[in-house]
Amino acid sequence: MNPWRQLSRGVRSLFDRSTTDAEISDEVQHYLDQATAAHLARGLSEAEARRAARLEVGGITVVREQVRGYGWENAVDAAVADMRYAVRRLRATPGFTTIAVLTLALGIGATTAIWSAVDSILFRPLPYPGADRIATVWDHGIDGSRLDVTFGTLREIEARTRSFEAMAAMKAWQPTMTGPAEPERLDGQRVSASYFRAFGVRPILGRDFLRSEDRAGAPNVVIVSNALWERRFGGDPALIGRSIVLNGDPFVVIGVMPKTFVSAIAPSAQIWTPLDYDMSEDRAWGHHLRMVARIRPGMRIEDAAREVNSVARNPVAEFPRQPWAALEDGLVISALQEDLTRGVRPALLAILGAVTLVLLIVCVNVTNLLLARGAERRGEFAVRTALGASRARLVRQLLTESLLIAVAGGAIGMAVATGGVGAIVRLGPPELPRVAAVSVDVKAFAFGLAVTTLIGVAFGTIPAIQAVRGDPSEDLQRASRRTTGGLRRTRGALVVAEVALALLLLVSSGLLLRSIERLFGVRSGFDASGLLTMQVAAVGHRFDADGATYRFFEQALDAVRRVPGVQSAALTSQLPLSGDVELYGVHFKPAVANDPGEVRGSFRYGVTPGYFETMRIPVRRGRSLEEGDRAGAPLVAVISESMAKRRLPGIDPIGQRLDIGDGPLYTVVGVVADVKQESLALSESDAVYTTMAQWHYTDNVMSLVVRARGDAAALAPTIREAIWSVDKDQPIVRVATMDALLASSAASRRFAVTLFEAFALAALVLAAAGIYGVLSGSVVERTREMGVRAALGATHRDIVSLVLRQGLRLTAYGVVLGLAAAMVATQALVTLLFGVSRLDPVTYLGVVALLAVTAVVACAVPAWRAARVDPVTTLRAD
Amino acid sequence: MLDGADTPTPERSVDENNTDVIQGTLDMLILKTLSLQPLHGFGIARRIEQISRDVFKVNPGSLLTALQRLERAGWLDSEWRQTENARRAKYYSLTRTGRKQLEAETADWNRRVSAVARLLKAEG
Repeated sequence: MNPWRQLSRGVRSLFDRSTTDAEISDEVQHYLDQATAAHLARGLSEAEARRAARLEVGGITVVREQVRGYGWENAVDAAVADMRYAVRRLRATPGFTTIAVLTLALGIGATTAIWSAVDSILFRPLPYPGADRIATVWDHGIDGSRLDVTFGTLREIEARTRSFEAMAAMKAWQPTMTGPAEPERLDGQRVSASYFRAFGVRPILGRDFLRSEDRAGAPNVVIVSNALWERRFGGDPALIGRSIVLNGDPFVVIGVMPKTFVSAIAPSAQIWTPLDYDMSEDRAWGHHLRMVARIRPGMRIEDAAREVNSVARNPVAEFPRQPWAALEDGLVISALQEDLTRGVRPALLAILGAVTLVLLIVCVNVTNLLLARGAERRGEFAVRTALGASRARLVRQLLTESLLIAVAGGAIGMAVATGGVGAIVRLGPPELPRVAAVSVDVKAFAFGLAVTTLIGVAFGTIPAIQAVRGDPSEDLQRASRRTTGGLRRTRGALVVAEVALALLLLVSSGLLLRSIERLFGVRSGFDASGLLTMQVAAVGHRFDADGATYRFFEQALDAVRRVPGVQSAALTSQLPLSGDVELYGVHFKPAVANDPGEVRGSFRYGVTPGYFETMRIPVRRGRSLEEGDRAGAPLVAVISESMAKRRLPGIDPIGQRLDIGDGPLYTVVGVVADVKQESLALSESDAVYTTMAQWHYTDNVMSLVVRARGDAAALAPTIREAIWSVDKDQPIVRVATMDALLASSAASRRFAVTLFEAFALAALVLAAAGIYGVLSGSVVERTREMGVRAALGATHRDIVSLVLRQGLRLTAYGVVLGLAAAMVATQALVTLLFGVSRLDPVTYLGVVALLAVTAVVACAVPAWRAARVDPVTTLRAD
Repeated sequence: MLDGADTPTPERSVDENNTDVIQGTLDMLILKTLSLQPLHGFGIARRIEQISRDVFKVNPGSLLTALQRLERAGWLDSEWRQTENARRAKYYSLTRTGRKQLEAETADWNRRVSAVARLLKAEG
């Protein structure tokens, strides 16, 4: 074969069919002429010669067609013809085409978008070499929760185990960088020297930390992220070895991390410095370090866990432990990826489940549409079969139509997927890890497209197969209007399935919606409206002098209070719902009878007088913290209502004395309402408040809360200027209104709810379309029956109720099936619910009512059409 | 290719007036005929019939299709020429690859024929 000739001749005849045809026709004509001439030469008459030649050559047209039929271009021609015909057919039924294409696009698009997100967040390995060997290590809290480890634990485990290549601890570090440019508060981490080795990543420039650099008194060194190096230092390689000023101290830059490196545990970290811990310090036994470890190649995480736990349970004299870090319950070891996604996994899996249901409904709906269309077209196929079309030809024709719909659906679906992924990245809650890495997953798209195309091909070609197998004359006589009972039952069953699936989705999203309502119904304990918050730091050596930090904060607060529009302002060491978590052990002295002790510690707030008033936290008993509670005055504390109730049962809290983290004793002078610190969903924790002045350390990072008279957010720039008028080198970060913090604390739930709502709505619409489609099809089929009924005296009402009954019966079956499914399936949602039982009757009733109304609406149009059937016309028509 | 022209069409197999060319030999006969001189379609058919002493009748549809196929395969070239009575006719001629193909097919044919002959001569 000569492929080039094949191609060029084929293409030529494709694009210049008329010339090719003319040539073939000429050649055949010439052949005939020659044959005639030959017969003439043998002595036949002109007419006889022509006849003989015709007999010899055969039909000119047949020969021409035979020659013309050679070549691959004919297959292309046929496909193009099929395509043209398919487009015409699809355009003739714009309703069907639009619904089918949009349904497919929705199914393919939504599935692709969600799967892309879930896959890149939950399943795709973290971007580190040997990522499956990176694990996190936690201590056990009293209540079984995961607790940060102490430095003492890290040191002992590191020395006594063999399963790990590298083991590192870390804690947050937010240094302020000063220098020629404006001051900037950086996000960073204090880390063990082997931190980067635990991730299996090395700096691309300079070097990694040395062990000798990770101890108290070692020289100050930092490694910076690639982004920070580019942004602040112009990507200059000479930065290595140079000093930068952080919190007023020089630090030597020893390394730059690669562009691809992002710490999965602290994605915003841009700068790292050694931990510099020493066993002689008190903080060595504080539960405030996160721990990450790299397991040796060839070892499984279970092996490592076994070894760590055997070490934990067998203390040795060489490594004495503190009672609160005795590791009696062992340690928790989990894969880093599992650890990171623990919080979002249930929500993401639920969303994945929801989108799978949507895809199922889409498949059911498309099947239904195609069956209905096939039934309507039986007449057409009967005619074509009678005219000699082969089964293969009809199947090919229908296949072309199905594929055309699938391609159109896929193309729009891809657009939906791209938009959806964009929306997830933009609107995703901040808790969603690795969300920036989410991109459209081609595999998921191919899967969605393949499933829907297969369905299209399978169900789209059924009519052609039926048309050929059956007796065309029968179909011809029946004027194409009626489907067989079997098909009608199939379509009814599909509608039942659709309704059941829709109900499942509606119940799920209803439960989530009710949870969100409940959540926002929870009292935060303060009045969030009109509150502006921001974090102010006092860093650098100018604050080394005694009381300098305190003086700065006092002056800054005074300046803020003078800003017009500020009603009141106060400072607090930790801000509710901002992510701050600072817990201390609080002990009553003397001990109180029946004190159950602490669950996980009490939130400790160092505040300025006026904090309760600014936040509008009501004082329940005793007094608030006042200006008089200064350094040198008697130490006083205010505790939360639930703490008073739980730890001092039946005792007047006023006058009780307590210590906070083993410090001096404070006298309780008041009780305030409970405040939600971590999230609205968590139950109240104990809380203890002192004035900033009476706290036994100096907090150098405080949150400012401002109650504004008007628009809180608009005050931000003037307030910042006011603080900088006191000291222009102090960075101000985390500027946000309290309303925004409140909203983002529920962002994860809201995200899930939004997706569920969207899917449930889609499911409802699809189910309604399914009911409508089946009913209107059946009404068309039963036109004659309706006509007879009307002729026999059935009233409009009778006929309407006949059709309604048919539709509502299908809906009822679907509802029963869906309710049963929902009662089982909502188990998967339990962790996402808040304040609502998964069998919440209100939700279930509401959903059933909604479905019933939707079903009635979907039945109404076909019922009305059936009632309008004119008996005379129908009876004559058949 | 997609539409196999090698498969016998119904017309050819039911045509009882002619002794059809032996299955699969038409290509070889065309190549052989054209190796002597360039010819048009009717000329080829007539030549095959003459040389075979009318043993073979050539079906025009099959012949013209075969010519298309052989041309696409690169074994034939074609050219429109004026004939003696001022008509346009498509003349086919053998290419170099066509000549090689003819040699290969001839060798193959001879091998088969002698094998069949041996089989027929063999006695129980």
